[in-house]
This record gives sequence, structure tokens and C-alpha cells, in this order.
Amino acid sequence: MPLQDDQKLRYARQLILKEIGGKGQEKLLSAKVLVIGAGGLGSAAISYLAAAGIGTIGIADCDRVELSNLQRQILHTTARVGEAKADSARKFVGELNPDVKVELHPGRVNAANIAALIEPYDFVLDCVDRFGTKFLINDACVLGKKPYSHAGVVRFSGQALTYVPGQGPCLRCLIGSVPHGATCASVGIVGAAAAVLGGVQALETIKYLLGAGELLTGRVFYFDGLSMTARTAEFCGRDPACAVCSETPSIVSLCENAAEYEDCN
Amino acid sequence: MVKINGEEYDLAGETLSDYLASANYSMAFIAVEINGQIVPKSQIGSVVLRDGDTVEIVSFVGGG
Repeated sequence: MPLQDDQKLRYARQLILKEIGGKGQEKLLSAKVLVIGAGGLGSAAISYLAAAGIGTIGIADCDRVELSNLQRQILHTTARVGEAKADSARKFVGELNPDVKVELHPGRVNAANIAALIEPYDFVLDCVDRFGTKFLINDACVLGKKPYSHAGVVRFSGQALTYVPGQGPCLRCLIGSVPHGATCASVGIVGAAAAVLGGVQALETIKYLLGAGELLTGRVFYFDGLSMTARTAEFCGRDPACAVCSETPSIVSLCENAAEYEDCN
Repeated sequence: MVKINGEEYDLAGETLSDYLASANYSMAFIAVEINGQIVPKSQIGSVVLRDGDTVEIVSFVGGG
């Protein structure tokens, strides 16, 4: 659909980019992106995806807004403490950009429902705060051939990578199986560090949708806000023994592997 | 000499797993990069460190 006059104004600063332009903006407006987790990473990612005019944003989160979330989860407000995070996120997006259609998924994401949840979307963002759910998203995206952005963040630092089916390694190639520990609740986090990694995820999403630039596929991005260093490490390729993305995977059913995703964090 | 996270160690010929165990790394959380390339998780056990290798060990974090 051609851009309306107010859209030409709203998106003027990205319409002038050669990587976006009118055609790219129409791609963004017709894209469907699912963000799982409307916390620290999700707040940054959802904000910038909505502002950029991603046409449909699915938001999956089963938690309620707590006062202790607000130092980093900028989608939510003091007045909305106690509300479902998904509802609060929809209010934020509605105020920011009426071009965006928000689809809410307020239930808990699990091995039984995730395949159907991600299926309608072009791209998925892992913005959750537990390794178990991160592996669930990874495995669901590998098995469902769905591109997605992974990120994790605690304290002042974090990492990000982008999985594209058939092109690169997945999270399991890097860390094998679900480790336990190091979540925001157990070790703390600075909100601005989550913003860096969530911003990287939004940028990877936009690049994927446009087909622009080089994704973090086959690479891992590390950011350390204390030393203020960032770097990417190359990956030699898929782990030939990866349990989910290798030629002979041992994980072929999410439900059969459900116990691994139920970590204690 | 082998450079690990910026410091030099006399570990040429030793296995990577022996070093990781001696330095008390928790294998579950880490990715290991040798000379700019990440070693696939299942292959960490078979890596022998060579003179001149540059090793970076990074921890993965699960918060969000």
C-alpha cells in the first residue's frame, strides 16, 4: 500500500536512507514480528520496532508489571503496576504509533503452544529472562524454520546472535544445553545495558526484513558496558553434533524435550 | 605461549578442557573463541592448545 502523507512525515528520517526508502518502509509496514518477553530487552526492542513502523507486532508475556521492573522496562509506567505486561505494552505502542497493529499473547509460552505461536510471524525476538525459555525459542525456531534474534543481558553486559534457517549456527551450537543461573533477578541489571542489547535485536529485525547489511548470523556480538567494549566473534559453522540443528538431531519434538525448558530460574 | 583473555600462559600442548577445569570455568555458560573463531560446543573436549593461540572465553548470560 502506498504511504499516506502523515506516514511520509513520520518515517521521513528513514525514508531518506538508501537501505529503506519507500519500498523498504512498505516492507516494514507489512511485516509481522513476534517479541517474546516484554521486559528489559523487549522494552527496547518493541519501542524501536513500533517507532520504525513494523506493521504487526505480536507481544507474548504472561507477567504483571511490578515496581521493581521499572528501572529497565520502559514500556511500563508507575500507574500501570499490577497490569498485565502485554496490556501495558499495547498501551505504549498505541500511543507511540497508531500504524502498528498489536497482537497480544498473554499466556505462558511452552513446548506445547510455541510452534503455533511463532508460525504466523516473519521474525521472532527472544527477549525472555530465563535460559530454559531461550532454548525453547531456539529449538522452536530451528524446527519451525523461523528466523530469530537471541539476546541475553545481566549486570552491564550481554550477547546477541541472529539465527537464519539453513544459514548459520543456533544457540545450542554455542552453549549446548540449558545452563542454570545468571538472570536479572539473581544478579542484577542496569536498564541501559538491556537497552543496548534490545536495540541490537530491533536493528537485526529491521535489517532482516529489509534484506540490508550483514546480520549476526554465524557471529556472536558481545557487549560489556563496564569496560565499554563491543566485539563480534566468528563461528566456524554449525556444530555438526548440535542436538537440534545438525543433520541428525536428537531433539525432534519440543514436547518430548519439555523438561529441559523448565529451568529453575 | 598461549594468550587467554589477554594474559599469556605456558600451555602449548595442553588440552583446552584441562585448562578450563583448572581455572574453574563452568562449562555450561561459556563459549570459547580460538584465534577469532568460536569452537562448537561438542568439540571443546578435543581441542589441544598450540603455541601462539589466542583464546577468549566468554560467558553467556540468560537475563532479559
